[in-house]
Parts: sequence; structure tokens; C-alpha cells
Amino acid sequence: MVSNYLFLTLLGLAMFLPFMNVIAQSFSSGGAIDRGEVMFWPVEFTTHYYQYVFEDVSIWRAFAISVYITVVGTVINLAATSMLAYPISRQEYVGRRLVMILILLTMIFSAPLIPQFILMRELHITNTLWALMLPTAISAFNLFVLRSFFAQLPNEIIDAARIDGCGETRTLWSIVLPLSKPALATVGIFYSVTNWNKYMDALYYINDRSLYPLQVKLRELLITDDLSDTGNLAFEVTSQSVQGVQMAVIIVATLPIILLYPFLQRFFISGMLIGSIKS
Amino acid sequence: MVKQSKLGYMWKYKMLYFLSIPGLLYFLVFKYVPLFGSVIAFQDFNLFSGVFGSPWVGFKHFERMFSHYDFINILKNTLLLGMYDILFAFTAPIILALLLNEVRLMLYKKIIQTVMYAPHFLSWVIVSGIFVGILSPESGVLNVMIGWFGIDPIYFLGDESYIRTILVGSGLWRDVGWGTIIYLAALAGINPDLYEAAEIDGAGRWKQTLNITLPALLPVVTILFLLKIGDFMDYGFERVFVFQNPLNIQNSEILDTYIYKAGLRQLQFSYATAIGVFKSVVGLTLLMIANTLSKKATGESLY
Repeated sequence: MVSNYLFLTLLGLAMFLPFMNVIAQSFSSGGAIDRGEVMFWPVEFTTHYYQYVFEDVSIWRAFAISVYITVVGTVINLAATSMLAYPISRQEYVGRRLVMILILLTMIFSAPLIPQFILMRELHITNTLWALMLPTAISAFNLFVLRSFFAQLPNEIIDAARIDGCGETRTLWSIVLPLSKPALATVGIFYSVTNWNKYMDALYYINDRSLYPLQVKLRELLITDDLSDTGNLAFEVTSQSVQGVQMAVIIVATLPIILLYPFLQRFFISGMLIGSIKS
Repeated sequence: MVKQSKLGYMWKYKMLYFLSIPGLLYFLVFKYVPLFGSVIAFQDFNLFSGVFGSPWVGFKHFERMFSHYDFINILKNTLLLGMYDILFAFTAPIILALLLNEVRLMLYKKIIQTVMYAPHFLSWVIVSGIFVGILSPESGVLNVMIGWFGIDPIYFLGDESYIRTILVGSGLWRDVGWGTIIYLAALAGINPDLYEAAEIDGAGRWKQTLNITLPALLPVVTILFLLKIGDFMDYGFERVFVFQNPLNIQNSEILDTYIYKAGLRQLQFSYATAIGVFKSVVGLTLLMIANTLSKKATGESLY
């Protein structure tokens, strides 16, 4: 029993200490980092790297783009997902079983990269932010989570709305969605995290550097040893401080998720379970 | 008459169908069109002639793929990572869930779970950044620690013999906690009377785990195992790509990363699609074999 607690505690530390290391390095002097003195607490405290990050316009632009695709993208996600989830949750929708099977199949057979890329080109959305929002508008998993929640709502409520003369759109908007706030929150959170973390799609479909989201910008910073050509002349950047800047950007890119985490935790477990049981 | 009333029924609820149009279009355009677009694997596709104008060339690109000097190595990397993934990343959450299930201090359990679920929400780019920091030969914590034992610093990411361990390890770090959620739910659903009865019969903790807990978990484990087999070839582009560098590429190039380089960097569209089709066919075959075996052995199956 004691060994179990000991093991889990060590494992918990192994999960947590890497974060601490990143935070500590982002506040330590370049010399201290280089000499391997920084473990889990800052050495020769400095906020130099954060000043650098705050002054670098390209990092801010990338941050703003990530915020944009997270906010606008998630609104699109939720609208598109609930507009499909609602009809296929109703008995009256003839063919809902077929639709569900066809959607399930897309989870098993995913199209290869190149035909997707060619499609995006033909639609003229490569090198636009649409490329980061439209192809991922609906996730089949989230669709099924929302569908099974809608299906649990009592039929009487929806019939009553219809008798009162509500069209299906009104019923969805003013009856079904308000009753489904917990499910929408869960799905919305899943979508936001996916949108915020989006890297691969941007790598595939975006060439224009001014449209890079934060993850791509961060990756670019992580693989350079030299910040002198990034166009930020406000700071004298020595090779010693590159790692500090990298760690500071990691923190900046993680911050929104850390701030959201308490809310995330409230919802994701229930969402995970609804979705997994169904699929 | 029957048909007409059915149509009438559908007409009565026409707004439902209307609402579903954007979603259905989405799956048609973004999922099914590129799926059928895979036919360019059998063409010499170029952007000007399009899918309908490009010449058909049969299995030319598949033959080229099999004769590529590095193909066997790339396939080996893909399969090895898939196997390690099942060996470690699939089993670890089951064991961890069993351990967590034994914890009786609820506050402690909650704290540990909160810490363990967190890394799942980080992007692979961030995960790679954290690991690059820890593994750095000059300043990385790991090298400082092995230094205490008198071992010289190792450039872990610059040595191809460590890269698979790093890929599997970083995957475990990010997702092992998250993977326990579903097992913990299954464990919570076991009737406590069973344990009580076993205790009266004199069964110890270990016997109870063996005879009650594991059989109760088996259906969930089987289904998740089958899903995992279905993803066997999809170790994931991002998580590998972000750790790749010229020094470790020999052991870290997988089909997905090669498809990206051949397709989008060198613009060999048909060739890259052929590799993608090959990957899907292998993945699907594995899934079907596993499903049949599982149906015979445990009665559980996906379809």
C-alpha cells in the first residue's frame, strides 16, 4: 500500500517537474542555464526573455492568429456540429442511421494527405486562415457526443415547442441548445484546445509567414540556435539566451491552457465518457 | 400510397433535413471527396490536367515505393513504433488505473489525477520543446542528473539509438494519465458486493484483482485494443516530426513524415498518395485480422 503511494507520488512528480524546469529556465540567466545550474527554481532571476517575447511583433502576431482561429474556429465548430447533431438525434429524421454509419466510416477510412491538399488548393483556401478552420469544422467524435446528449432530451419538450409553433431552427436555438449547455461546454472545450494546438494543418496549408499560428512560430523558434535574424532588434540577443527565450515562448503558448485547465477539468471527463460509450 | 405518405412525413419535417445540409456537405466535401481522390495514386497526376485529365499508370508508383532504397527502413520504423505504442502506451494506463483504484485517500487521488491529466492538453510542439530542454546536453536536467553518477553528458536527440525511446517516452508522459479515465470509469462500475463476497471467501487483494477486477475490465480493454490496432500505422505525424533532426532521422522517419516530405516538399503527388494508400490498406488489414481473432477468442468485436 505504501509502495503504491510512493510510486504514484514519484510518477506525479515526473509529470509535474518538467513544467517547473521550463518555468525555472525561463526566469534564469543565460549563463546559469548554460552551466546546467537551473533545475526547478530560477537561478540569477531575470525577466529578460519575457521582455524579448513581448517586444517581438512576430510572436504577438502569431499569438493573435491563434486566438482568432481558436475563437472563430470554435464558433464554427459548435454551429456546424449542433446543426448536424440535432437532426440526426431525432426519430423523425428518416435515414439517420445511414448518415451515422457514413460518418463513422470517415473515422476508419481517412483520406491520404495529398488528395486533401489538392482539394484545399482547388477550393482556394490554402494560405488563408480558412484552411485552419473549415477542414476541421466537425469532429465525428464530438458530433456523436453532442448527438447522444440531444437524444436524451425528453421528446415532450421538443413536441411542445413544435405545437407552440416553433420551427425546427427556433426549437434548436431556444429550447435544445439552452438545455444542452453542459454538453456544449464539453465539446466547445475539446474544440478550443484542438484549435489552439493546431500545428500540422498550418504546416501543410500555410506558406505565408504572416499567417503562422503560434505553434508554428514556436516550432520555428525551437529549432534555431540564432535569434539575430528574426528581425527583433530591440534586444541584444546572445547565443546564451536562446534557450531562455524558447522556454519563455513555451510558457506564453501554454498559459491559455493553464488558465483554462480548472474549467477544462470540470467538463472533459464526462465528455470523454459519453463519447467513448457511444463509439 | 405508402411511399407518398413517407414523402409527406419527410416533407412535414423538411426543416430538419435543411438544418443538416451544411454538416452533410462538410463530410462529403472534406472527407469523401479526398478519399475518392486517392485514385491519383494510380495516375501521373499533375495540377494542370487534374484528376480527370491525368494519365493512368497502374501500379507504377507502388513499384517505385517498394524499390525506394530506404523504404524497408521507413516501414520498419513505422511498425516498430506501432508495436512499442501497444506494448507500452496501451498497457501503461491499465496498470496505472489499477494502482489509482487502490488509493483510498480521495484528496490525494484528486491531486494526482489533476497533475496526470494536464500534459494531455499540450500540443506536440510544446511537448517537444519541454523534452528538448530536459534532454539538452549542456543544460538539460537529465544530463545534470546522470552527471551526479559520473556519466558524461549525452546528446540524446542527436543519437538515433535513443529516438524511439524518446518518442514513446514523451507519448507516455503526455497521455498515460488521460488514458486512465475510461478504465477508472469501468472500475467504478464494478459491484462492490463482489469484493465483499470474495473477502468472506478468504480471497486476498491479489486474488480479487485477478478474479474480479481484470475480468470486469476485459471488454473495455478488448474494444480499446481493437481501436488501437486500427490506428497501428497512424503513430502520428506531428509527434514524430517535431522530434526529427538530421542526426536521428534514420530511426525516426515513418511513413507519415515521409509522405509529407515526398508529397508537399518535393511535390511528387501521385507517389506520396500511393504510400498513403498502402498505409491505409495495411492498417485496415490489421484491424480486420484483429477483429476476427477477438471475435473468436473473447466474443467482443467492433462490427
